[in-house]
Amino acid sequence: MENIAEYLKEERSQPWRDELRKSMKAKERTSIERVHMPEQDPEKRSHNYLEVNLGLTEEQAITESHRCLDCPDPTCISGCPVGINIPKFIKKIEARDYMGAAVVLKETNALPAVCGRVCPQEVQCEASCFYTVKLKKPAIAIGNLERFAADYERNSGNISVPEVAKHNGIKVAVIGSGPAGLAASGDLAKFGYDVTVFEALHEIGGVLKYGIPEYRLPNEVVDVEIENLRKMGVKFHTNFIIGKTATIDDLRKEGYEAFFIGSGAGLPRFMNIPGENHIAVYSSNEYLTRINLMHAADPEYDTPILKGKVAAVIGGGNTAMDSVRTAKRMGAERAILVYRRSEKEMPARLEEVKHAKEEGIEFLTLHNPVEYEADEQGRVNKMRLQKMELGEPDASGRRRPIPIKGSEFDIDVDLVVVAIGVSPNPLIPHSLPDLKMSKWGTIIVDKETMQSSIPDLFAGGDIVRGGATVILAMGDGRKAAAGIHKYIQEKVASK
Amino acid sequence: MNKIVEKEFFSENVCKIVIDAPEIAKSRKPGNFVIIRLDEKGERIPLTIASSDVEKGTITLVVQRVGVTTAKLLAMESGDTIHDVAGPLGKATHIERVGTVLCAGGGVGVAPLLPIVEGFKKAGNKVVTVLAARTKELVILEEQMREFSDEVIVMTDDGSYGKKGLVTAGMEEVIQREKVNLSVVIGPAIMMKFAALTTKKYNIPTIASLNTIMVDGTGMCGACRVSVGGKTRFVCVDGPEFDAHQVNFDEMLQRLGAYKKEEAEAYERYLKTVQ
Ligand SMILES: Cc1cc2nc3c(=O)[nH]c(=O)nc-3n(C[C@H](O)[C@H](O)[C@H](O)COP(=O)(O)OP(=O)(O)OC[C@H]3O[C@@H](n4cnc5c(N)ncnc54)[C@H](O)[C@@H]3O)c2cc1C
Ligand SMILES: Cc1cc2nc3c(=O)[nH]c(=O)nc-3n(C[C@H](O)[C@H](O)[C@H](O)COP(=O)(O)OP(=O)(O)OC[C@H]3O[C@@H](n4cnc5c(N)ncnc54)[C@H](O)[C@@H]3O)c2cc1C
Ligand code: SF4
Ligand code: FES
Repeated sequence: MENIAEYLKEERSQPWRDELRKSMKAKERTSIERVHMPEQDPEKRSHNYLEVNLGLTEEQAITESHRCLDCPDPTCISGCPVGINIPKFIKKIEARDYMGAAVVLKETNALPAVCGRVCPQEVQCEASCFYTVKLKKPAIAIGNLERFAADYERNSGNISVPEVAKHNGIKVAVIGSGPAGLAASGDLAKFGYDVTVFEALHEIGGVLKYGIPEYRLPNEVVDVEIENLRKMGVKFHTNFIIGKTATIDDLRKEGYEAFFIGSGAGLPRFMNIPGENHIAVYSSNEYLTRINLMHAADPEYDTPILKGKVAAVIGGGNTAMDSVRTAKRMGAERAILVYRRSEKEMPARLEEVKHAKEEGIEFLTLHNPVEYEADEQGRVNKMRLQKMELGEPDASGRRRPIPIKGSEFDIDVDLVVVAIGVSPNPLIPHSLPDLKMSKWGTIIVDKETMQSSIPDLFAGGDIVRGGATVILAMGDGRKAAAGIHKYIQEKVASK
Repeated sequence: MNKIVEKEFFSENVCKIVIDAPEIAKSRKPGNFVIIRLDEKGERIPLTIASSDVEKGTITLVVQRVGVTTAKLLAMESGDTIHDVAGPLGKATHIERVGTVLCAGGGVGVAPLLPIVEGFKKAGNKVVTVLAARTKELVILEEQMREFSDEVIVMTDDGSYGKKGLVTAGMEEVIQREKVNLSVVIGPAIMMKFAALTTKKYNIPTIASLNTIMVDGTGMCGACRVSVGGKTRFVCVDGPEFDAHQVNFDEMLQRLGAYKKEEAEAYERYLKTVQ
């Protein structure tokens, strides 16, 4: 850690940074208001799938970058799970070197255009920003600036393809193409490995493609990253389910020297209450997959989807927010979010909650479904809700919801989406009896190298953490790539 | 991209399709299925692997035309390519030596039954197979079934071939005649429901292979869920085979009809495009 602090100090003392700092008084900087991200009009956007956030204009980005004080002790960095050199990239924007800003981001973040859009900045970097902590003012819009720099680079058509070391001919397999797998494959390719990504679905991208909707993360943004990996020599093998199409052992026999498992937490949870298997009760994974991966909303595509006049979505996370806003876009007259705690405890990104409200989503907090009823055809038509109150904090630190007896009442619904969380995908662990697992079904790894109990097997992302975040998955992938590199070098050296 | 290398109609609406898929051919076991997507805009549908040829690197599917995707597939020719073929999926059939196995297949369920009949025979069981169809033209794979069965009983609803009657009549005939240790039933949900009721009367352990609606086939979405013994299970990863006496077939039948309206409309649209 010592040397990182020193490195940051050294970077900060470079003449161009000094000059910029002196170019404006701190007082002046702190008196600038935080810019507001331009957005599509709520009424209009609740009927289309175009991106809600339109991105900062160049002028806005420059204004915002002036707010940043380039602190001697940049607390924002400690709030970033991958330790992006935040003041440096922001000052690059202030210096109007946007491509340079993107380069800084990519030193630590393989997917800045994605993270700028989906990271929960308000609990990470922006929560630790000097403005939030000391000045009690709105934080620097770090996420918006990250997105600005990354988009600038992408739109420039001059996106930099990282340099790749000389091919060493050593085969490494990456399993799963979500953010963890993509980040791992990028770094492994840079080290010179012959990288093949195996993906169970027909599309590359994991949750970034099948889960997070277009209006929040356009596929194009992800595709550019995938194209870049291709240019770096990474091979992609879709429709390939490890543990089914071939086992890890089969791949070992084909000469793969190490494996990164980034298979995610794809298993949907249900509440196991009566009526949950009625028609038009979906898991969020199914609902979003049909629409995002299979394009069910587009009549040109064959996959069907049921529409509802009154849609209820159960849960309070990003997945619930994505589902309920999608239901609205699919034409629901009423789209209701049902959450058993209060709004304060919602794990969703703050911005999503705000956007949902603007789009007319109804919030029914401190309520929980206990039963569904159906019509003769078996389609859900009623939901019985129970009121809840908050008790003492539980293990998660949030106040525990307690049902209020006798408070049940019915509402008419014709579409329900259950978004109460996911569990790790058991396909791979099941095919590897020696793999050490936690009682939650996650793979146990060394925190530094991401190595599992099987030496040539590394893992990261949701399969290690349970449902987590894009940035953590991405960070894990990079750590594992370094772990794999070390493991193979040692193996080669000992031969 | 997987190439169709052979195609042969068994009846007007049932077709054998051989696909180039070397990796799947190698790893598949009886009871496994694949998910296919015909083109970029296609739906993902599950189809059982009826047999495979490891040498040639091919898998064989037997497909019945019931809607848009199966109709499009049956209209494809040798040499055409299928955009996506993923598998083998699902748990393999648990095959062991139990004594006498009564296999009952209805409609397109006959195809997935074939590798199971073969498996049980090769494991040293006596296999009696009941094949059921509405009418003579719809009886499929009879010859292949005879190859691996000690006896094949054909039942047709209209009596145009074999014996007249439903699959359950054929099953009862065998059960009353000899000791049956295990029964395997595959076919339309309604047929499996009644077949299960029949064997339940005689306390014969029975396996049904369920054909619920699926999307991913890897346990990710829950579209395929059914209640088995009061618990929700995912057919694609926990099945497709379950204890038939525990399956809630009524719920399954309802869920199979979830998109009836959308499917009918899509088929209408499709017919217009091919006319
Ligand atoms: C709807 C939704 C919204 C979200 N919103 C946010 C957000 O706003 N911000 C945020 O930070 N996080 C968000 N998340 C969480 C975030 O997306 C995940 O934490 C992250 O994607 C995990 O990355 P991963 O690479 O570990 O796994 P995934 O993205 O889940 O990718 C795993 C991939 O592995 C494949 N796979 C699985 N098993 C196999 C196998 N046996 N063989 C081959 N391939 C296999 C899967 O098909 C999948 O493509 C959201 C999640 C969802 C579902
Ligand atoms: C494990 C499994 C194995 C199967 N094996 C075979 C087989 O070997 N041969 C064969 O002909 N059929 C098989 N089926 C059924 C086959 O998947 C459906 O007939 C097919 O999906 C129908 O698609 P369609 O577009 O032609 O018809 P549609 O008009 O879409 O649907 C007709 C009916 O098929 C069912 N169905 C629709 N979509 C799906 C879907 N995505 N997944 C499953 N069922 C659906 C519904 O009950 C529907 O009412 C299998 C199903 C499962 C689950
Ligand atoms: S803490 Fe805030 S003001 Fe200070 S360097 Fe980081 S982003 Fe800039
Ligand atoms: S088909 Fe998606 S979970 Fe079974």
